Amino acid sequence: MTPTFRRPRPIALRVIATAAVGPLLALGLTACGGATKGSTDAAASSAAAGSGTSANPNAPTKTGLTVAFLPKQVNNPYFTTSDTGGKTALTALGETYKEVGTTSATDTAGQVSYVNTLTQQQVSAIAVSAQDPGALCTALKQAMSNGVKVVTYDSDTNADCRQLFISQASAEDLGRSEVDLLGKELNYSGQIAILSAAQTATNQNTWIGYMEDELKKPQFANMKLVKIAYGNDDAQTSFQQTQGLLQQYPSLKGIISPTTVGIKAAAQYLDGSQYKGKVLLTGLGTPNDMRAYVEDGTVQAFELWNPGTLGELAAYAAVALASGQITGAQGQTFKAGSLGTFTIGAKGVVTLGQPTVFDKSNIGQFNF
Amino acid sequence: MTATLEPVHVAAQPSRTLLDRVLRMRELAILVVLVLMLAATQADNGAFLSEQGIKDLLLNATILVLVAVGEAVVVITRNVDLSVGSVLGVTAFAAGDYIQGGGNPAVAFLIAIVVGAVFGVLNGLLVGIGRVPSLVVTLGTLYIIRGLDSVWVGSREITAGQLSSGFVSFGHDGVWAIPYLGILAAVVLIAVAYYLRDYRSGRECYALGSNPQAAALAGVPTRKRVLGAFVLCGALAGLAGALYLARFGYADASTGTGYELTVVSAVVVGGVGFTGGTGSVYGAALGALLLTSINSVLPAIGVSSVWVEAIDGILLLLAISLDRVVALRVAGLLRRRAREARSADHG
Amino acid sequence: MAENPDRRWGGAVRWDTVVGALLVVLIAASFSFVGDFGNALNISFLIGNTLPIAAIALPMTMLVASGEIDLSVGSTVGLSGSVMGVLWNDGMDINMIILICAALGIVCGLVNALLVTRLGLPSLAVTIGTMAAYRGIAQIVLGSNSVTDFPQNYLNFGSGRIAGTFIPDAAIPWLVLAALAVVVLHATGFGRSVFAVGASQEAARFAGLRVKRIKLSLFVATGLISSLTGVFWVLHYASATYDNATGLELSVVAAVLLGGVDFDGGRGTLGGAIAGVFLLGTLQNVMSLVNISAQSQTVVTGILLVISVLGPRAAKQSALARARRTNRSMTPTPSSSFL
Repeated sequence: MTPTFRRPRPIALRVIATAAVGPLLALGLTACGGATKGSTDAAASSAAAGSGTSANPNAPTKTGLTVAFLPKQVNNPYFTTSDTGGKTALTALGETYKEVGTTSATDTAGQVSYVNTLTQQQVSAIAVSAQDPGALCTALKQAMSNGVKVVTYDSDTNADCRQLFISQASAEDLGRSEVDLLGKELNYSGQIAILSAAQTATNQNTWIGYMEDELKKPQFANMKLVKIAYGNDDAQTSFQQTQGLLQQYPSLKGIISPTTVGIKAAAQYLDGSQYKGKVLLTGLGTPNDMRAYVEDGTVQAFELWNPGTLGELAAYAAVALASGQITGAQGQTFKAGSLGTFTIGAKGVVTLGQPTVFDKSNIGQFNF
Repeated sequence: MTATLEPVHVAAQPSRTLLDRVLRMRELAILVVLVLMLAATQADNGAFLSEQGIKDLLLNATILVLVAVGEAVVVITRNVDLSVGSVLGVTAFAAGDYIQGGGNPAVAFLIAIVVGAVFGVLNGLLVGIGRVPSLVVTLGTLYIIRGLDSVWVGSREITAGQLSSGFVSFGHDGVWAIPYLGILAAVVLIAVAYYLRDYRSGRECYALGSNPQAAALAGVPTRKRVLGAFVLCGALAGLAGALYLARFGYADASTGTGYELTVVSAVVVGGVGFTGGTGSVYGAALGALLLTSINSVLPAIGVSSVWVEAIDGILLLLAISLDRVVALRVAGLLRRRAREARSADHG
Repeated sequence: MAENPDRRWGGAVRWDTVVGALLVVLIAASFSFVGDFGNALNISFLIGNTLPIAAIALPMTMLVASGEIDLSVGSTVGLSGSVMGVLWNDGMDINMIILICAALGIVCGLVNALLVTRLGLPSLAVTIGTMAAYRGIAQIVLGSNSVTDFPQNYLNFGSGRIAGTFIPDAAIPWLVLAALAVVVLHATGFGRSVFAVGASQEAARFAGLRVKRIKLSLFVATGLISSLTGVFWVLHYASATYDNATGLELSVVAAVLLGGVDFDGGRGTLGGAIAGVFLLGTLQNVMSLVNISAQSQTVVTGILLVISVLGPRAAKQSALARARRTNRSMTPTPSSSFL
């Protein structure tokens, strides 16, 4: 006699249990009431910029504050430079500096975790370069309601989740100037492509938007943007995407790569291929990374801002906020040490200045 | 009497050649798919298989082929090594650090291989001594090595400007369309394949993976073989790290992150099954070539890069499903033949 | 029950007990020595951020106990979130969306299940493939968009706390789920079948167990929980992007293995797995609070993982050695009680 286990019941129990989760959840949800996109109100949360307390420009700059830098990714040379700039500024002011962050540039949960930790530690201010425009919002709002000042730099979040955004250069300036740079090099004719970072990266997408807009101008009538490729800020992916671009569009004349990882990979590929010197590359890169390629002619010119200065400005802004000198409303001004005085623009944006163009003539002067 | 003996002999031979044919068929299948895919792409985009194009295809695959060969040996022994990505990252930076300090590039290669081999020893000992599932152990060493690498490297980076130009040009030059890196990978591939097929210790790896208990009882020094497999895998991952540096001219703390899953996919697509004891390193190499080619084929025919990951995943599923269906068919075929032989015997 | 060397020594050598003890010790030490740890806000952060892993660890434990694994859970979370984002942008009602995501999770689990049970493929290889496939589909579906404007009361559920306490709102459904899982795995015939299948698939089949059906239901459950976790993820972080929860699968597997669930199948407890999840989560929280870098945290996670497998083996060896000395007969039994 073959032994029979209680076959029907355990399976039935399992099926019931699994099936029960769904309806249970649905029941709970219907209690919350349904909603569609059209029926929800516009973000009900109050704007963080310029709310409540008024600014006192003459308030003394507090000392002994702790300002934490939370870049997109630690161990990323670009962010190390910017955060070190912040450290210099903070030390000069007599404040305490700290830097925390995730090891991967696509770990939003990790970045949120760090915001929570910093809130816990009751730091005076956080300077964060956001991996994602929306994911940090809940945590940042919680931080702000606990008295922590929030400044974003390099990569912004939604405007109501922070008090200030320190922008490296106006997004418009960056986008348009890169197209202008390439246009000049190509004599305003030819097919071009863009090699970007992650598909979801806020800053890159904003710049690309301005680039596309600039290309609509009459002087670029003979230049055509054929493709936007995404390298995900990974060397090998950027490499293969560059190869793909050149194979898909053999008469490609120029590439814009507005990401330091992408431009490095594209330059390295072009340098070792038959396209060296024939396909022109520009974008955002650091002098140290690009030096070899500028010297051997693979790249004629590229631009960037000084990330160290960006970090410094973010530090000064954070301290000014924490000292009550500004609240983030449009029109307020604050002093940023040797960098000068800055005025807050619309939506709490503070712009560092114009991007710097690097080429053979001036690349030797920089070391970052 | 001879009348009844002969059919048995006759029946044995066809089944052996059938099995041989099946094994070779597996690698042949990937090769056919690869050739078809490349031909189709070339038909669609005439610039695809230019000299530059072929060189790129081979160069892209080289690094994956090297690591896949090492991983295949480990998988053949019924284990897995998930720490290869971290090892690649650490050795790439170590090689770069050495060259940047004024070292000889050839010595840098050696350093990379040795560092990789050391991590291989660590894995091999943990798996051999503890006799614990290699999945767990190498998951742990994946984290440990990556963490130590991050702590050691910090925010430093090695850029092309700091490397000797000879090293970097080795990374992309070659003979016509055959890159030096590709030749190196081919040599390694042939060497490892020869070892696995023609050396007793190599064949013992297959035995060990196929049935560990039987192999142990038959006198195979299982721990030593497993250790050897992991050391080889680590050393090859180390060599791949040095080649990565030469090819991309860049290394930092996040180099190689996530690479392990690509390697495992290549090995599986190549026909080296997780049950151990099957497959060949040629298959793994072809699998690596296939996977990297897809990433070049898609952009060349204008498919948005958004589709790449989905296609990679579906391809992997297709490959293993097909493997299984073929294996079932073959098993059925063999059973039928054996039955026929037996009935011919008695009939 | 025959002599169990583990029990003989008061259960002290059972790894899941060790993990539970470590967790208690860590929490107690953190309360005393780490100033920012022991308040409601921080504990709620800790629990809230650990919930996704804790949720998926429940079906994953059962799956690993039956001898399989599912590495596609992170991608299922991401896919569910992407679908949620797209449907929301298209104007669908949120409750409808959540039900669709749940159904999607069942489908994802079914694909894995059918490939493993019908075709007999190894689950490691299959789920590596579906991991890439589902993530890829998420990318195709949502592209570069990031959807954040979900209804406020749902967002509040995702990130809010029960008034005045440290318990996140979402912890309640999780507690219900955990209780259900514990009962099913440790107190029903089905649970015993799962362990039996893990211990020896062949023996289980000959004993009359429907091995394929059991595995199918486990994969489906994993898919369903993963997609619901995807919905929670979107509400908790108020953001739906295609790369949500990338890498989550490794964290879940690491936590489950750390909790003493044997990867060879047939052994382990849910208590151990849950303890493992919260041990890792608490460690990360505490290490960040005392300013230990992310890189060092990675090393610690790896070391713990290695110890988690070497530990029980070493403990078993010492127990066997001791028992051999006192000349008793050993009969290992599958663990079928929790905590």
